[in-house]
Amino acid sequence: MEFLSNVINGISLGSIYAIIALGYTMVYGIAKMLNFAHGDVIMVGAYVCFFMTSRYNMPAVVGILLSMFVCTVLGIVIERLAYKPLRQATSLAVLITAIGMSYFLQNGAQLLWTSNPKVFKSVVGDGGVQLTEGLYVSHVTLVTIAVCVIIMIALTVFTGKSKMGKAMRACSEDKGAAQLMGINVNTTISITFAIGSALAAIAGVLLCSAYPNLVPTTGSMPGIKAFTAAVFGGIGSIPGALIGGILLGIIEIFAKAYISTEISDAIVFAVLIVVLLVKPTGLLGKKISEKV
Amino acid sequence: MAMLEVNNINVFYGSIHAVKDISFKVEKGEIISLIGANGAGKTTILQTVSGLLKSTTGSITFNGQDLMHIPAHKIVGHGLAQVPEGRRVFLQMSVMENLELGAYTQPKNTIDHNLEIVFEHFPRLKERRTQVAGTLSGGEQQMLAMGRAMMSNPTLLMLDEPSMGLAPILVDEIFKIIVELNKAGVTILLVEQNAQMALSIANRGYVLETGKVVMTADAKELLNDDSVRKAYLGA
Ligand SMILES: Nc1ncnc2c1ncn2[C@@H]1O[C@H](COP(=O)(O)OP(=O)(O)OP(=O)(O)O)[C@@H](O)[C@H]1O
Ligand SMILES: [Mg+2]
Repeated sequence: MEFLSNVINGISLGSIYAIIALGYTMVYGIAKMLNFAHGDVIMVGAYVCFFMTSRYNMPAVVGILLSMFVCTVLGIVIERLAYKPLRQATSLAVLITAIGMSYFLQNGAQLLWTSNPKVFKSVVGDGGVQLTEGLYVSHVTLVTIAVCVIIMIALTVFTGKSKMGKAMRACSEDKGAAQLMGINVNTTISITFAIGSALAAIAGVLLCSAYPNLVPTTGSMPGIKAFTAAVFGGIGSIPGALIGGILLGIIEIFAKAYISTEISDAIVFAVLIVVLLVKPTGLLGKKISEKV
Repeated sequence: MAMLEVNNINVFYGSIHAVKDISFKVEKGEIISLIGANGAGKTTILQTVSGLLKSTTGSITFNGQDLMHIPAHKIVGHGLAQVPEGRRVFLQMSVMENLELGAYTQPKNTIDHNLEIVFEHFPRLKERRTQVAGTLSGGEQQMLAMGRAMMSNPTLLMLDEPSMGLAPILVDEIFKIIVELNKAGVTILLVEQNAQMALSIANRGYVLETGKVVMTADAKELLNDDSVRKAYLGA
């Protein structure tokens, strides 16, 4: 039973990584950049929800929706102000800018909300269900898994079937050809950032519902791990983000349970390194074809 | 007023001056060929007309409308489509999805009609409409690139080396379709290294050398011109 409970907790933690990883992977797929500020958008989302629900006693739904709204706007603004002017720049310049943006958000949060930890109130309450004898699963664990499944289905349908989704896939393959079709590449990139950031808000709320300690650096470590998950699954691939996220969550929980809490993170990254040595494009990564 | 008028454009890649003060015209209903050796600037010219590259000088007008100062993605909506060099179909998407993207700017109710026309010209694409474009043969990808461009209902179609890498029999087929399209009312701007083929179907031609127009005349005249025959027709 302890084993099963670890699996469920691993999937739940992995679901959060997967939702964050989607933001990394979608942005990478289209803008070909690693948005290292993505993890900090999660933190902003969590703060917005915290203030709405704990400070102003709004219902959780209002907190979540507002948090998604704020993060969506934030994501679009970050892209327009910081990344868009660098469209033609080297990837190193973009990477450094993204890291700078990450620190900017963390320091901004410290200034606005101080570094005193806030205790986040779970948006689904504290209870749980006794599935069988010896297997108790909290509500937030179950809700997190369910939300992840819903997001995955919705995104798969969106990118597979909708006109905008097809435009996004076209942009990720060939921006010049996409423009010849009449697709506005800038708008498409903005929408990608918007979706990724809205998902980051959801991830932030779920993360802090499970681990209620909210500080300005809250998004940093989950951000890095989700990035790892995205690379693990194959950066640019949506199913890859799901598989990478879930596997990472399970590995982390098992490392904590059976090996050691202190080195669980090291184990997670060691697994990543091994996977990349064996398969450099990640589990589901496509071979990156050279373009002229 | 010609359908497409390009006047004194200059295009640079950093310090490389790829297109030097080039002017040309395409009249409605014509087939025009731009011929020239590797690196003459043919692709650069088409990319500039499509707005993907910018000229530092001059003007480009299409049916009297300025194209130089509108964003690239707005150009296809004016009826000007390009089949780019190397096809550049969306390899990870299906044939059908590629065609749908070709009709991105079109109202929904015209898509079925356009599809019918495309499938009439390229029955092969109809058979393979669920296949992923990356698994098509080179010739089929060329057909898809042309079909995709036609989905936007163009009045002027620009083709960049449609014969590249194709077996002679397929080249014949592709050129036959270009002529059919032209007969159906589509004006054609054709860029080719295969000068013989290109000039044989064209009304007029422009000969390019290292970024400059060095000669322009009726296609028949060019085909019989000694210097052209020496340089481009292997005579
Ligand atoms: N992205 C680029 N960066 C730098 N120089 C370029 C670039 N693209 C083209 N050039 C240069 O510009 C000149 C014109 O190139 P362009 O591709 O327009 O020639 P082309 O006539 O289409 O040749 P080909 O028949 O080989 O396709 C060449 O000298 C080429 O080296
Ligand atoms: Mg070329």
